[in-house]
Amino acid sequence: MTLALQILIDGFAISALYGLGAVGFTLMFGVSGVLNLAHGGTMLVAAVVAWLVADRAGAYGGAAAGVAAGFACAFVTYFAIVKPIQRSRAIPAEEKEIFVLTGTLLWGIMIQEAVAYFTTTSPHTVRPLIEGIVTLAAGVRTPTNEILTAVICWSAIGALWLLINRTRTGKALLAASINPRGLVLLGYELSNIYLLVWAIYGVLAGVAGVLLGAFLGVSSDNAGTLTASAFSIVVLGGLGSVSGSLIAAYAVGYLETLTAYLIDPSLRTIPSLLLLVAVVYVRPQGLLGRR
Amino acid sequence: MRMVIVALVAFVILAVLPLGVSGYILGLLTLAYYFGVFAMSWDLLFGFAGEVNFGPTFLIGLGAYGAGLLNSEAGWPVAACIAGGTALAVVGGLLLALPALRLRGPYFGLVTLVAVLLLTQAITIGSKWTGGEIGLSLPDVLSIDDATNYWIALVFMGVAGTLLFLLSRSPVGLILQACGQDPVEAAALGFNVSKHKLAAFCVSALFSGMSGAMLVFYFGTVSPGTVIDIAVGVQVIIATVLGGRRTIVGAAIGAIFLIVAGEVLRPLGQMSTFVVSGVALAVILFFPDGLLGYVLHRRGRTV
Repeated sequence: MTLALQILIDGFAISALYGLGAVGFTLMFGVSGVLNLAHGGTMLVAAVVAWLVADRAGAYGGAAAGVAAGFACAFVTYFAIVKPIQRSRAIPAEEKEIFVLTGTLLWGIMIQEAVAYFTTTSPHTVRPLIEGIVTLAAGVRTPTNEILTAVICWSAIGALWLLINRTRTGKALLAASINPRGLVLLGYELSNIYLLVWAIYGVLAGVAGVLLGAFLGVSSDNAGTLTASAFSIVVLGGLGSVSGSLIAAYAVGYLETLTAYLIDPSLRTIPSLLLLVAVVYVRPQGLLGRR
Repeated sequence: MRMVIVALVAFVILAVLPLGVSGYILGLLTLAYYFGVFAMSWDLLFGFAGEVNFGPTFLIGLGAYGAGLLNSEAGWPVAACIAGGTALAVVGGLLLALPALRLRGPYFGLVTLVAVLLLTQAITIGSKWTGGEIGLSLPDVLSIDDATNYWIALVFMGVAGTLLFLLSRSPVGLILQACGQDPVEAAALGFNVSKHKLAAFCVSALFSGMSGAMLVFYFGTVSPGTVIDIAVGVQVIIATVLGGRRTIVGAAIGAIFLIVAGEVLRPLGQMSTFVVSGVALAVILFFPDGLLGYVLHRRGRTV
């Protein structure tokens, strides 16, 4: 009973975090067709900056600085890597996607190496916003930070939902993911929409990075794994589908927690990888994806 | 024709190199040549078939571990192990590609990436035989002489490069290129797109696997860090794009450049990977056709 509850709670928190990490990634693909393989690097920058600043400015100052760093990193990625590739005349249009993938992959490696150089490859744990442990029903002890993580993740996802479904700007975003040409005909500037989606992405990745750093800790070696897990969650849920990504995040999060608790922590990632392969073969567009 | 002459001259110069330089440089170039074969076989898939295989190390690792295990567990002779490892890579590649090629673009890339992660996990689970993270030491090696090892690698790269280059210039290569650039039109012209792509994947697996198997017997050890790690796969990708995609030869030049640059920059320590990635990124942004592509375009010819 205690174990079941523990799995339920731990799984919920980790899944919420996976969900938050994947939502920005999928939104970006849905709206602008970009798969940012420097995603793990962006989260890493946010976490490491939060860790560094928290020593001087306290946990809250650190968290704010971390989110700002993730935001800045997203914009550097857009202006220095993605936009030049998209505008380049030397790259044929049908190969742009592959070039964006390779370019952001390289940029992610550069971020990872720079972080490793300045802060070593050892793992860092960001100071949590709230310290302490709560004892829940049936004797399950959970760090307060874990609960806070889940709450912040869901607040951020909720805010995103409100933005997309209840505001004019958000509806323009949605329209851009359905039919960009139609949006241009209605007099919207597509490049402004892209700027907005990168801004949203930056904030989401920043928040996810800081929370991840406080919850599990990060090291520069994680950047690749973080990108891969966000990528697989997003593909599992269906590229471009926000709700699909959330469902997939929960499927992966609980599968991993169950495996870690009941079988062996070292085998944690295998069942979710097999699930991913199975889903991709049977239903390549993912759970809720469009063709 | 001029390219053939240039290539022959380069090959002869490289072949007499062991008479003049130290064993250290020979060792470095030996490694670079095997890497060149990885990159060239990746280019066949990427540049011609138009598929991004994020898991070149799945094929390399299958060849390497297949050969290594046959040697350490079954005690087969080296040549038979290399053949066995290559066969395993081709079979594995076929099993991966048969369903995966039904997928397009990022989905295909993801499945190949996951294949690498699963292979890594399989190695860890089977650590009783594979030695897990630490790897395997093999009883046999290709040769203990630097120069012999160097010549084996050079001849192997030369043969593999020639075959891949001829394949890419053959009618089949043209059809493959058509399949990569516009699959619908290629199919409308009556070509079986999946069959051609599958064949390309098998050829790529054949050379990657064989090169991985030979690399294992050059090192005398095999470990996930040297033949399966995603970082190794990324290096193969960087080498191809750097040298010039869709040129085959450029991929080998890129691989040699990358390995040598990594060694020259070694004094920078951890920053060396940063610098190499930065250079590769700059090439992608400013010379998307790669080093060789840039040179050929400057001379006003397309290959």
